[in-house]
Order: sequence, then structure tokens, then C-alpha cells
Amino acid sequence: MATKSFSVAKLPGFTATAVIVFVTLYLPILTLVAYSFNASQSVAIWGGFSWDWYVKAWNNDAVKDATVRSLLIAVCAALISTAVATMAALGTTRRKAFKGQTFIYVMINQPLMVPEIVTAVSLLILFGMIKQATGIQGIGYVIFAHAAFCIPFAYLPIRARLEGMDMTLETAAADLYASPWQTFRHVTLPILLPGVIAGAMLAFVISLDDVVITEFVKSGGQDTLPTYMLGQMRRQLTPEINAISSMLLALTIVLLTAFFLLTRKND
Amino acid sequence: MALRLHNMIKIKRERVTLSQQNAVEARNAVKAFGQGDNAVRALNDVSIEIRKGEFFTLLGPSGCGKTTLLRLIAGFEMPTSGTILLEGADITYLPPNQRPVNTVFQSYALFPHLTVAQNIGFGLQMQGRPKAEVKATVDRMLALVKLEAMASRKTSQLSGGQQQRVALARALAPSPKVLLLDEPLSALDLKLRREMQGELKRLQTETGITFIFVTHDQEEALTMSDRIGVMSAGKLQQVGTPREIYTRPHNRFVASFIGETNFLPATSDGSTLTLPGGYQIEAPAGTKAGQVTVTVRPEQVKLSPTPEAGTLPATVRGVVYMGTDMNYQLHLADGTEIEACVVSDVTGEAALAAGQTVGVRFTPGAAQVLED
Repeated sequence: MATKSFSVAKLPGFTATAVIVFVTLYLPILTLVAYSFNASQSVAIWGGFSWDWYVKAWNNDAVKDATVRSLLIAVCAALISTAVATMAALGTTRRKAFKGQTFIYVMINQPLMVPEIVTAVSLLILFGMIKQATGIQGIGYVIFAHAAFCIPFAYLPIRARLEGMDMTLETAAADLYASPWQTFRHVTLPILLPGVIAGAMLAFVISLDDVVITEFVKSGGQDTLPTYMLGQMRRQLTPEINAISSMLLALTIVLLTAFFLLTRKND
Repeated sequence: MALRLHNMIKIKRERVTLSQQNAVEARNAVKAFGQGDNAVRALNDVSIEIRKGEFFTLLGPSGCGKTTLLRLIAGFEMPTSGTILLEGADITYLPPNQRPVNTVFQSYALFPHLTVAQNIGFGLQMQGRPKAEVKATVDRMLALVKLEAMASRKTSQLSGGQQQRVALARALAPSPKVLLLDEPLSALDLKLRREMQGELKRLQTETGITFIFVTHDQEEALTMSDRIGVMSAGKLQQVGTPREIYTRPHNRFVASFIGETNFLPATSDGSTLTLPGGYQIEAPAGTKAGQVTVTVRPEQVKLSPTPEAGTLPATVRGVVYMGTDMNYQLHLADGTEIEACVVSDVTGEAALAAGQTVGVRFTPGAAQVLED
């Protein structure tokens, strides 16, 4: 008798396991969002519904300041890292296999492997030396650090998209009188675009979320939203934190949905 | 002295005008892949002249170098040595986008992010032609390949045959001097392929553009081409009309690659060929004396029920009914196996049975002496 095809869904305890996994994944987030509407001062005891913490967070100049800075850093880091990652992806896929290819891949993906704290400390030391030598201060250091660790996140989806692209298309463009630049502008880039957008969004979210490296690299008065929240928690824990986190969550969901709709339309 | 110089210039000028009559010319083209001792010569000293306005086919098995030659003409590869001329001008090292030559790719390579009309207009747009001209040409091309209704579709919404037409229209739209076709029909099923063969021939006649068509399909080559260049192992084996290639193959490779054929050893005295069993036929003009190999197509092998005088005695080994034809496998006294192909009669019954001894004759002039 032919055996029935193996299905994970038919194993005993599958449903229970699935439920546990989803509860573990999403219950904390649901709790966070629910308690952002808590009328009481506590993050743990429910005191009725209220918008107060959102209003408070919205009117908090420190929060506003940190949000603007976070967005500025994330946008800059996403743009820089995506541009670099696109070039790196073109350089590593648009050619025959070359010596040291694996080494180059490892070098590009290095920030994914090296413990974040090591990167953080080394950047702190390096930037300290540069600041001392040149006297230049500013937000540029944080942007540079973010752009650096965002590169591999932007690189992966772009490379995946390029590897799935038929290289004959570029040959065909050249055959049809397109210069190398026209080929890139009219053929490679439009086909690559969903990958580039995915890379940029991933980089944006990763940058927006970063605590460890930012905490080490930033100077005084350069708090981003996550480092501001961390600082607040040391003093007192109020549902204001929940409200800010919920807004960040909403922003992420909007971005992901936009990306999903955008790429679906393109294919 | 002055006269000699004058003559030299004259000779040079004649050469130039001759070259200009050719759409494409390759001179001693060599393409080696790899380096040093591992180098593989995909093209080994190929010289060829393709005339203006002809349908020229490069025919050969995979790996024979036909696609490499096409890529040298298109500019996707540069030769290791040798020269490529387009209407007499040296284009050997010109990048592909500066050559008035377009390609229909085996995989079609249609741009997936563009519509059918945008695909067809791509070449003209890249050349910076005015919008009105691009539109007019695209409309004309859509009509030429009968895809007017598909203009605003994405190419992924088309069938294989329709994609093929878009690829053709896209390559023809900029009115290239030469159109290169790299096994464009290999992805289509038999019926569609037959249809496209006729279509290609029609397009070539209507546009008057020189077509260089690459294929491994001998039937395709015979039915469509004005001339065929047969290639094998990086070398050009023979160039000629389909008729010449089929009836007068120069060597064993060409004879066996195109159609079915028989090979027989023979002794030549320059005017007569003596085959095993003492059967004698007239040698084609220019045949050298000594041991030679003779080739005869199965349909030029005639059979008589008894081995009469002046025929080659043979034993029937087997009979295969092929519908239109009856195929006899014959065994000669010296052990050579040959085939005869006879048109079936109305009953479809074989006139000769296995085991029977028969007399074999070749149609006069059908035997061809091979170079090697």
C-alpha cells in the first residue's frame, strides 16, 4: 500500500504547539497595545480606558525630539546602506564567479555575524579617536554607524532579486542600442526595484530599532526613540512607553503593508 | 614603380567593393575560452562571407561553435584573433550597442516590466528617435507580426508563439542591417515551429534584411535557407545552398549530419570507381586515384529482385515500413551495411523479403566522393 504523504499538520499536538507559538509571539504585543490605553499610572494594573498617554507622549518635547532624530537617522542610514548594498549586489552577481567570492560575501555580511556589542565598542573607540583628532561633532557618527550595520540587511533581498534575474535581459538591452547606463536605468533598475525597496525598508526598520550601537556611539543630547525609552525606564515605568511603542508598531505595520502592496503590483 | 602602386591600389579597391557586397564577413576568426593548455577553441580559424539580403543558416550540433560565431557578430564576445566585418567595415571590437545588428534570443529575453509595444519600441527609444516615429514603427511591427491586439499586454500574458513574435518584432523594429536568430524556434512545439518557419521566411522576404539563423535542426536549415554553413568542432565544414549541401557533401561529417546516407569504400583510378563486389561507376570529375570513401543517399539506391550483371549483389537484412517509404537494410558481400529507401506502393507490402539476394544500382551521378 502506498504510504500517505507526510504532513506535519497531522502530528499529535500540532494545534497545541501552534497556539503556544502564536500566543508567545503576539500576546506580549497585544498586552503592550492594550495597556497603552490604561488610565492608571501602572503598566501592570488596569485602571480603565484613556488616550492620556498618547496625548502625553505627543506633547512630550523629549519624545518628539528623539522621534525626529530617529527618523532622520533611519532615513539617512537606509538610503546610504541601500545605495552601497545595490552596488555590492551588482558587483557580486553581475559577473562570472571570481576568486575570493566567498570571502567578499563574508565581508559584506560581517555585521550579521559579529556580536553587536563588539561593533558598538569598536565604533565608540574609533569615533572617539576621530573626534579628538578633528574636533568634528554631530549626528553624522550615528548615521554612519547605522548605515554600516544596515548594509547586509539591505544587501540580502537585493542580491536575491538579482540572482533571480535573467542576465540575457541586459545583453538584449545592449543589443538594442542601450548604453551601459541606459541598460541599468531602463532594464536592470526597474526589475531590481522591488528588491531595492525591500532592502531599504528592512534597513530603515533595523536602524529605527537599534539600541546597543546607538547607546555607545551617540553623544549627549543625541537620544533616539529607543535610547530615550531605555533612559525613561531607568527612572519610572509609565504607560507612556506603551503608547510610544504602539505608535512605532503602527508605523512598522503601515510600512510592511505598503511594501507588500507595492511589490505585488509590480509582479 | 608607379604602375605597380597603381595596380596595388586598384586591387585593394576591388577588394573593398567586394567586401561591401557582403553583409557580414568573418576572417580567420578564433575564439578560445580558458587559458594556456586548458584553452578550448570554440571557433578555430573560421572565415565566412554572408551576402546581403540572404537567409543564411549556421547548422551544426551543440558545441560546434555556431552560437559563438553569432555572438562575435553581435558583439557579445570579442574574438581571440581574427576580424569581423559588417558591410566592409571592421566591427571586431565595437560594443554591441553600436552595431546595427539585432538578435532574437533563444530564451526571447523580453523585458518583463514592459508591455509588448514598449518592448518593440525599446531599440528605437534607446537610439533617441522621435516619439512619433517610434509609435509609427511599433504599429507597423505589430501589424507585421499580427499582434495589434496585444500591444498593451505584459509579455508574461502571452503564449510562447506570441512571445516569439514579439522578440522578432523587437529585433526588426530598428531596421538592422543583419538580424541574428539564435535557435529561436527550439522552445516551440512541432506545429508552431512549422508555422513560425514559414513566418520567418515571409518576414525575411518582406523586409529584405539579411538573416543569420543558428540551428541544430537540419530539416529547418534545408527548408528555410538560401545558403547553409555547416559547422563542427569549431570549424566551418562546408558552405553552400541546401541542394549543394545535401547532394554534394564534401566530407563524412556533412554527409552524415544532413539526412541519412550510406558510406562505401571504393578504389579510384581517376575516372572509374570500383566498389566492393566489382561494381563500377563513373567517378565525379576531379576524383583522385587510390582508396576513397563514397557516399550515396538511400533514396538513390535502386534495387532489382535478382543480382543481374553490372549490379552490386546484396542480401536483404530487414525491411522497415515507414508509411511513405519502405526502408531496406542491405548487407554487402564484404560486410558493408547500406540502406535503400523506396517509395511504398499502394498496398504497403514489401516487394522484397528478408534473406533474398538482390541487385543494387546507384542512380547515375548520385555517388559523391568524400574528401576524408
